[in-house]
Amino acid sequence: MNKGNLVISGGRVIDPKNQVNAVLPVFIYNGKIAAVGQKPEGFVAEQELNAEGAIVCPGFVDLCTRFREPGDENKATIASEAKAAARSGITTACIPPDTVPLIDSPAMIELIQESGSKTGCVQLVPVGALTRDLAGHELTEMGALKAAGCSLVSNARQPISNLQVLKRALEYAASFHLVVMIQPNDPWLSSNGVMHEGAISTRLGLSGIPEIAETVAVAQIIALTQQIGVHVHFGQLSCQRSVQMISRAQFDGVPITADVSAHQLHLTEHAVDGYNAMGYVLPPLRTIHDRDALQVGVKKRIISAICSDHQPHEEAAKLDVLDSTEPGISSLETLLPLCLGLVSSGVLTMTEMIDRLTAGPAEIIGAKPGCLSIDQGADICVFNPDKEWIVCQENWISQGKNTPYWGKTMTGKVLYTIHNGDVVYSEQSQEL
Amino acid sequence: MQNNPAGLQLDLSGCLRHFLSIAGLSRDLLTEMMDTAESFGSVAEQAVKKVPLLRGKTVVNLFFENSTRTRTTFELAAKRLSADVLNVNIATSSTSKGESLLDTIRNLEAMHVDMFVVRHSSSGAAHFIASHVAPHISVINAGDGSHAHPTQAMLDMFTIRQYKGAIEGLIVVIVGDIRHSRVARSQIRALTTLGAKEVRVIAPRTLLPKDIQSLGAHVFETIDHALSGADVVIGLRLQKERMSGAFLPSEHEYFARFGLTEQRLKLASKDVIVMHPGPINREVEMESRVVDGSRAVILQQVSNGIAIRMATMAMTMSTVNQMRSQQQK
Repeated sequence: MNKGNLVISGGRVIDPKNQVNAVLPVFIYNGKIAAVGQKPEGFVAEQELNAEGAIVCPGFVDLCTRFREPGDENKATIASEAKAAARSGITTACIPPDTVPLIDSPAMIELIQESGSKTGCVQLVPVGALTRDLAGHELTEMGALKAAGCSLVSNARQPISNLQVLKRALEYAASFHLVVMIQPNDPWLSSNGVMHEGAISTRLGLSGIPEIAETVAVAQIIALTQQIGVHVHFGQLSCQRSVQMISRAQFDGVPITADVSAHQLHLTEHAVDGYNAMGYVLPPLRTIHDRDALQVGVKKRIISAICSDHQPHEEAAKLDVLDSTEPGISSLETLLPLCLGLVSSGVLTMTEMIDRLTAGPAEIIGAKPGCLSIDQGADICVFNPDKEWIVCQENWISQGKNTPYWGKTMTGKVLYTIHNGDVVYSEQSQEL
Repeated sequence: MQNNPAGLQLDLSGCLRHFLSIAGLSRDLLTEMMDTAESFGSVAEQAVKKVPLLRGKTVVNLFFENSTRTRTTFELAAKRLSADVLNVNIATSSTSKGESLLDTIRNLEAMHVDMFVVRHSSSGAAHFIASHVAPHISVINAGDGSHAHPTQAMLDMFTIRQYKGAIEGLIVVIVGDIRHSRVARSQIRALTTLGAKEVRVIAPRTLLPKDIQSLGAHVFETIDHALSGADVVIGLRLQKERMSGAFLPSEHEYFARFGLTEQRLKLASKDVIVMHPGPINREVEMESRVVDGSRAVILQQVSNGIAIRMATMAMTMSTVNQMRSQQQK
């Protein structure tokens, strides 16, 4: 963890925002990017990282990840998950407000930000609560949240059933130029469902969540946004028709953006077959058509960010009859390999993939990172796109081991992660 | 957890070691089960109603959901096979004290039991237990959520075979709440596996699950069409809570549109039989005249339940015994 003059040499630098794609050295001085390519005058490297054969890109910006602290430290802690994030190349992570206590006050905003700084390896971006207690009835003090440095608000997975409240919440958030993150879901339609409603849920006898639980909510919010002019960001989409509606709304100039989790771009409802609780996630994994449409949405940048939707759990949370288990996948460490899978299958180019993990999400949260511009804080990920590793105890850092990929081979490994100019993860020291 | 339920319930040579669902079981195996049940039929008529097949074995009736009929027939079946039977009613037991399902299973396992008969309100409960128990224990699904009730389906097949000679070539109609019915799902599986000519389902759309056709059932819009030429008609139980859940307006309207009446049964084939897994709501699912009429075989279903449950217990226990003796060799 040395601070000082650092050079990363021999790697292919891909910085989508600055349209760089070439083998170039990256010079870091005093925690910031000093130059890419041409060595600055008088620069003497104290440390050199060899990135030969690897890709050097901005550190990843994850729009939705739960570190479980405060409130659920039996599942994971900021310390445990910050290490997992660093290992995954993630240098900025947005934390939804459903911690205990909730992120609904300036004090909590500061607490989350400081907890991130203390880890030294990842910047935590708190997402403030949109309604008091996330109950969907009264507004939070969004002006105070904004003043404390919060630029995002959300009701996490809790519904706002009363459209009048939702409308006013969006209007009020717009007054402070806050971005409202919404995971579209009609609670009455999704009810107590645990998987996509279709042939497989019928066969397994599991309560299904119909596609309309998402699309009806998307349609309502698009209509509201069109009137109000607030920046709404849809998180963790799951349906083909949502992508179509959002595409149309964007074409019409409605200020809407969207992200999708990496596992939604790979897995389908089949992951739950045989009552596999590891495939239980909300929104549910849907059909092959939905998955393919989400991939196209990412390709066309209708969906401009891929997030981890990381939800670590203790072992017992997944050891029960499926409808008594807790939803979610521990997904920080599979984020890069899953995204690289989209490159190897020809869905995305390497540059597009990196864009959706860096510049794309950074634009949404209005943050500075996400590129390698000069004088920018040096948040960098160096990865080998071809290196294979197996998801197992020895190769896993997150406290949550709840992943459907356990035992599977992943392709693509982070070699170094640099945050504010510090090497916060090195694959070699990890192996030692 | 093993992902293939069929793989979970069969041993390497294809013998039944757990009975969790009809899915994945062959026509031959289902036929063997009915043949075995038939051979047990005479036990009930003997003065001493016992065979020693499960002597020295302990069967645990693990009921997380109340049920009188299913539990008592399983209990009788186990006792007629000379097993020791333990009834554990979890609705009033440890999980309500916060113990996890897995811990409950581990504790019972420590008492050296040999078989779990499981009834649970969650789909997949029997699969979950089967994939976590010690290898010498058999699990029989006595109904899990809306997923499966394979012994009920097999006693229905057994009853149909008694009256019709075979399942092959029959037109079978299932009327009622298909959406929430584990019985219907298992029946559709069993009927299609055993070669029924057509399995028809009829219900208001609110009570039909999505893509039910994918299981091999044909959806009918009116009961008169569905009953036309039917050889077997199965009524399903309608739960009272369907009204509050906005699935149906009233029992009265349900009976008027979907109730099985003498009048409607005239559309079916002349020797149609009428079945119901019980308990029956008279004048809701069926007219009393039908329930008590000559076409109803509902009480025969109950008697056959014991024979089928004896057959499934004997078959799974014999597989496990074989696995054990092979290991000892």
